[in-house]
Amino acid sequence: MSASRSNLREILAAAAPPLIAFAAFLACWEAVVRLRGIPPYVLPAPSVIAQKLIDDHELLFSSLLVTLSITLQALALATVCGALLALAMAQSKWLARTLTPYAIMLQVTPIVAIAPLLLVYLSPPQAVLVCAFLVAFFPILSNTALGLASVDHALLDLFDLYRASAWRRLIYLRAPAALPQFLAGLRIAGGLALIGAVVAELAAGAAGQGTGLAFRIVEAGFRLDIPRMFAALALLSLTGVAIYGALSLLTYYSLRRWHESARERGA
Amino acid sequence: MTPRALDAPLVSMRGVGKTFDNGVAALRGLDLDIYPGETVTLLGPSGCGKSTALRLLAGLTQPTQGEIHWADPAQRERLGFVFQDATLLPWLDVFANVYLPLRLAGVPRARAAPRVEEALTLVGLLGFRDALPRELSGGMKMRCAIARALVTRPALLLMDEPFAALDEVTRIKLNNDLLALKARLETTIVFVTHSVGESVYLSTRIVVLAATGGEVIDQIPVDPGVKRDAEYRLGPVFSKLSRRASDALLRAMGEDGS
Repeated sequence: MSASRSNLREILAAAAPPLIAFAAFLACWEAVVRLRGIPPYVLPAPSVIAQKLIDDHELLFSSLLVTLSITLQALALATVCGALLALAMAQSKWLARTLTPYAIMLQVTPIVAIAPLLLVYLSPPQAVLVCAFLVAFFPILSNTALGLASVDHALLDLFDLYRASAWRRLIYLRAPAALPQFLAGLRIAGGLALIGAVVAELAAGAAGQGTGLAFRIVEAGFRLDIPRMFAALALLSLTGVAIYGALSLLTYYSLRRWHESARERGA
Repeated sequence: MTPRALDAPLVSMRGVGKTFDNGVAALRGLDLDIYPGETVTLLGPSGCGKSTALRLLAGLTQPTQGEIHWADPAQRERLGFVFQDATLLPWLDVFANVYLPLRLAGVPRARAAPRVEEALTLVGLLGFRDALPRELSGGMKMRCAIARALVTRPALLLMDEPFAALDEVTRIKLNNDLLALKARLETTIVFVTHSVGESVYLSTRIVVLAATGGEVIDQIPVDPGVKRDAEYRLGPVFSKLSRRASDALLRAMGEDGS
């Protein structure tokens, strides 16, 4: 009971400074807009943006659902493909040497440049999914591959000594040893999947088929509905923060028992 | 010459050498017999190839010359190995770490449990079965590693400077524990160390290796019947044997010209 209460106090203490800073920032913003009489089509006040979020909630939240669903699908796909390919590459040096240059090529080619091309061959929703997948895939692949390759040599010797099969070596040693790096890759990929989805939606926006949040920003821009642009942007930011937060929690609960990165100091 | 000439050796190394792919020769032409029930210490300066000899015995690396002959090839599969570090899996608790060799051999957990508990009892860690490695002291981690090596009931226990990283008090305690285990289990032990005191205290035979690797400078038999305790450490026999081992060690290093 007292432990959970002190935990709560710690969380509040940690969350207070950024929250107070954010509230102060919003208050300044509101004050400047009101005192100088800046019109909402130039810079809407936070209260106007909040009102817009409430007024347009049906439209905005249904768009959020579209973007979020594509982001999560892309992230799931990238996680499965990235982890499986990393496992395959850990088993075969030949495969790793063959595929690594292409994985790097995909990573360094700007996704903004790939998106229009994808739209030529795929329907807009498919193109958005593929774009988000492409940017989320590499961090998972490279981090998992690094984790799988960094297993302590003495531990590998131990498994050699007991004549462990490749499968048992993977399940009992390589996979758990690579888990911290895999999760670090997943956290990066979560943010990148959202970025990839938004970039592709922006590119697809001209095609007029998108209904995601990025499309709402473009559409509101055309109508000079600046408060709605801000409202959609705020939702996107919050979504990114929520994805990062959820994946950080997942990391914490997966590793807190044994890994240094998730341990409290002095615990 | 051999201490137990009447028995057949458990394992014999004949002219065993190991040259790594980069051209470094870690071991050249080592002749060594290990007899059942012995505790043999390989004593030598750093880089003399004593750890390589141990890895060769364990089959973790293959010799590039000579041969290793096991009297009973089935014994080759019954090995325990204690590394310089405890090498525990940090995500598994003490019980699961000790269970690992049996788990890798496909023994179900329920069937393995009595043997794991027996091994934990032997090293005095039964009360810590649910602890994670990070919650253990250096000495306890090493005990856990020893329990893991013992859980398969090895015919030959190979130990590669297992206590080198521990403080003196813990080291003496673990030396005594190892002697007690040895008395109970009657397993054969090959122990690598660069500590003269440890080699005289633990072994029934000390094999001093030359710095350049492979040549046996001296083999010092130690009476297996002698009681090993604090008294023994301060007694004349211990001093005499330590002196002889130290001299051999100096000669081992001197031949390198260093």
